[in-house]
Amino acid sequence: MSYSAAKFAIWLCATLGVLTLVCTAVSAQENDGRYQDRRAAMVDVVRDYATMSGDTRIGERVLAALAKVPRHEFVPDDQRRHAYDNRPLPIGHGQTISQPYIVALMTQLAAPDAGDVVLEIGTGSGYQAAILAELVDAVYSIEIVEPLADSAAALLDRLGYDNVATRLGDGYFGWVENAPYDAIVVTAAASHVPRPLIEQLRPGGRMVIPVGDRFMTQQLLLIEKTADEELITRQIAAVRFVPLTGER
Amino acid sequence: MLRAIFPATFLISACALGYEILLMRVLSIVQWQHFAYMIISLALLGYGASGTFIALARPWLEKHFATAFSLCAMSASLSMMLCFIVGQRVPFNAPEVVWDPQQFLYLAAIYLIFIVPFFFAATCIGLAFSCLRSEINRIYFLDLVGAAAGAALVVAGMFVVSPQTALRLLTFAAMLAAIAASLASPQRLQLVTVQLLAMIAMVFAVPSGWLEFQPSPYKPLSQTMQIVDTRVVDRRSSTLGQLTVVESPTVPFRHAPGLSLNSPYTPPDQLALFTDGGTMSTLTRFDGDCASAAWLGDTVAAIPFEVLEAPRTLVLGAGGGTDVLLALCQGAASIDVVEADARVIDLVSRRFGEFTGHLYEHSRVRVHTAESRSFVARSQTRYDLIQLSGFGTPASVGSGTGALNENYIYTLEALQEYLSHLAPGGILAVTGSINLPPRASLKLLGMAAEALRRSGVDDPGQRVVMIRNWNTATLMVRNGNFSVSDIESIRTFLRQRSFDAVWHPGIQRSDANRYNRLDEPWLHDGARALLGNGAGDFIKRYKFHIGPATDDSPYFSHFFQWRAFDEVMSLRARGGAGLVEWGYLILLGTLVQALVAGAVLILLPLSMQRPTETGGHRRQMGSYFFLLGLAFMFIEIAFIQKFILFLGHPVFAVAVVLSGFLVFAGIGSACARRMVQFATTLGRSPVDLAVAGIVIVTVLYLFALPRLFDQLMVLSPLATVVVSLLLIAPLAFFMGMPLPLGLAQTARLAPSFIPWAWGLNGFASVTSAALATLLAIELGFTVVILLALALYVAAALCSRFDTQPSPQGTDSA
Repeated sequence: MSYSAAKFAIWLCATLGVLTLVCTAVSAQENDGRYQDRRAAMVDVVRDYATMSGDTRIGERVLAALAKVPRHEFVPDDQRRHAYDNRPLPIGHGQTISQPYIVALMTQLAAPDAGDVVLEIGTGSGYQAAILAELVDAVYSIEIVEPLADSAAALLDRLGYDNVATRLGDGYFGWVENAPYDAIVVTAAASHVPRPLIEQLRPGGRMVIPVGDRFMTQQLLLIEKTADEELITRQIAAVRFVPLTGER
Repeated sequence: MLRAIFPATFLISACALGYEILLMRVLSIVQWQHFAYMIISLALLGYGASGTFIALARPWLEKHFATAFSLCAMSASLSMMLCFIVGQRVPFNAPEVVWDPQQFLYLAAIYLIFIVPFFFAATCIGLAFSCLRSEINRIYFLDLVGAAAGAALVVAGMFVVSPQTALRLLTFAAMLAAIAASLASPQRLQLVTVQLLAMIAMVFAVPSGWLEFQPSPYKPLSQTMQIVDTRVVDRRSSTLGQLTVVESPTVPFRHAPGLSLNSPYTPPDQLALFTDGGTMSTLTRFDGDCASAAWLGDTVAAIPFEVLEAPRTLVLGAGGGTDVLLALCQGAASIDVVEADARVIDLVSRRFGEFTGHLYEHSRVRVHTAESRSFVARSQTRYDLIQLSGFGTPASVGSGTGALNENYIYTLEALQEYLSHLAPGGILAVTGSINLPPRASLKLLGMAAEALRRSGVDDPGQRVVMIRNWNTATLMVRNGNFSVSDIESIRTFLRQRSFDAVWHPGIQRSDANRYNRLDEPWLHDGARALLGNGAGDFIKRYKFHIGPATDDSPYFSHFFQWRAFDEVMSLRARGGAGLVEWGYLILLGTLVQALVAGAVLILLPLSMQRPTETGGHRRQMGSYFFLLGLAFMFIEIAFIQKFILFLGHPVFAVAVVLSGFLVFAGIGSACARRMVQFATTLGRSPVDLAVAGIVIVTVLYLFALPRLFDQLMVLSPLATVVVSLLLIAPLAFFMGMPLPLGLAQTARLAPSFIPWAWGLNGFASVTSAALATLLAIELGFTVVILLALALYVAAALCSRFDTQPSPQGTDSA
């Protein structure tokens, strides 16, 4: 091969390489732009539904977090086209990423403030942790399914959520080293409320637990620990379905 | 050599019905509920489509009869295994139907895949009928006896072998049928060689991993197995279900629904016991010291022991024994434990006896292997406390999985039976999950109120107490009024544990929503309405179906009402998905796909071969066969569901009722000619007489069956099977006649219409399996049976094909 031919080959490879990089960047930007539009539409849907329900519980801070977190990053590739639909999606290992409306409602019920420290039981895809991370100082999240714990930790790290710490393990005893918590969000169904979690909740703190199966959250349990450590439990229907006794 | 076709017919018929029952078992394990209606529908579709196929390809098939029979039997054998492997890999996710319409396509794919073996098996039998006309009685006999034997063998066999082994045996038997038929073929050498090779390949070359169940990843067992370090420590498979015991050392189960937030106790080690990978109960470690079970005293289920001193207790459906442990450690004087599944008792008593502290062998505990209803029916004992758990379990109520399951434990008649076994002052205590908006808890409370009213109690509110925490409620119904001191004890219990009262005598609305607050005290308001005089009006106006479940419509977990459909569907994106009963949606989807598949696979091909005769009333003929198809299946499906109460398990009911109807309808069919002679002597139409027989026997059964079941539930399992067959015999005998009578008439008047007669009858049968289930849920079995009778009468009116001249050219099928 002559010197000029080699030079041409190098030039060709370099040009192709640059073109590929440019195309990838443009495509990523386009994709990101498309996802941004769809994310904004999803937030509108959640806001509209909240308004239609006469439900003022979902505030603008939570909606802003919803608008910022790239939900498509938290779902498997084959589900990305549905990433911004207002529905739960399978994420493998028999788990789901919750419906955005339910995520918004749960986050709002946890009432996180900027300086808060939040514990999450059930990292799952990591989406709820990311939403919380947009709103609070620190999020600690525990997952019992090993592959999910690993993938969520890697993803949150890649997306730059430095204020989220995750670990594999039993959520029943909470994460005592970082207690007390201003809010505890349990994203897995529980037969009863673990005593250690109540103990790790700061006076004035709130705990939210969903009730129902993976695709259908039916109600939310909100436990408020008052300043004098009294527990107030509220059962909140996920949907406002009133009146229950309509006309015949 | 054609004699070889006879054993082949017997074998292939046995395999088809055996496979039908095996599939019901398999779908219960890999999906959620019994897809009985779907399996029956798709088996019938296979038969219907084969009828059409034979009608269209008759000349070729008749010419190569033995070869075609052999090839079809071989295809049936191969497809039984292949469809089992492929069908399980369709990514159908039942809970996702609420969100993803594509799931209905997957459901349709499962439906179409499993039709294939039935199509081939039915083609064998249809060919035998078509080509061995002189031996038709013998073929018919072998077909029916084969089907009955197949059902019986698979039901009995699955007590001994795994479903996978049962599948291998069925495919083996079907291949034997193919080899037998090959002996009658001119190409016997080639066929037998191929079939022997295929048989060896299926036995040795199919890796057992391919036959492993692929349960839905969203079933509770699948989800549990995802948890780090979980492992299966015992697995037992039988006709009654697959039991799996799991231990989770790193993340213990700690299953304690109804535990107080104030409780200082953590539940001890537990093992999880799953039935068909779905319903979960637990075996709790017990060392004989009740201090380790103190946590149970802090659950809502402990409330009866605040009112009763050392009660003689009956625990129904004990499962892993949590209720037994509760009763034992709360001071019950004696405990009768009833559990239907002997394997569960063995697990608690022996396999994990050390773990459970030999709970079931305790001196105060007596264990009975029996169905709850039949045990109570034959018991002479009066109890101070009857405990029952599991109403509205999250796995069945919230997601609608249990909506289609017949459940005779939670019916009005069952509650009346339990109440009649209470000693004076005794309590029936029922514990289960609550959901929002309230459904299961209010339905149960309304049923209890109605049961009390029916036993002459004017003010049921004086005899009822219901308490709750955030996810669990316990209902107490007393044989006598609660005293003031009882109420005081109950209130103290509630206060100490931060539980709420839904109802107790003297309750104020402001007392009802203290610790576990709802936006409104919906449960209390509902209880007040249901215990008062306006109960009926409240039930009618309620958005969900909370009217009593009865033995006639035993669907306790069905709450959906059509008038709320639009509202529920519009709310699913706003957190209301839990209100949609997806089991119900799947039933509707099955009905639609049965209609479409029946039209495409049965009627559309037939339209290529239109009847040539112009005489006779073809529209009338068509209606006749269509109505018969609907009516027959309506009665058969309703009887399967009704006999679950008597026979104790859906698989037994399906096997006994299907076999019974096949055999006795076959005998009726064989006697059709004698019916013609008999009718001629009376100057009546034979169809009219047969329909009259059906109407008389059925009406008699509508009145007599509930009482008979009550009386005979005490019999042994074998005796209940014999009695069931005897009860089915006269009805099925008459039901077997109208079809051959109509076919004989059609053969005389318009022979080319016969494929259409079969096709329309098959199409109606295919759709009616799902339709009958839907109607039973909405209207009850009695209405389904009455509708069937109306259809039979309408068919009789259509049966006079040759009494009126046809306006030529205007009729069409």
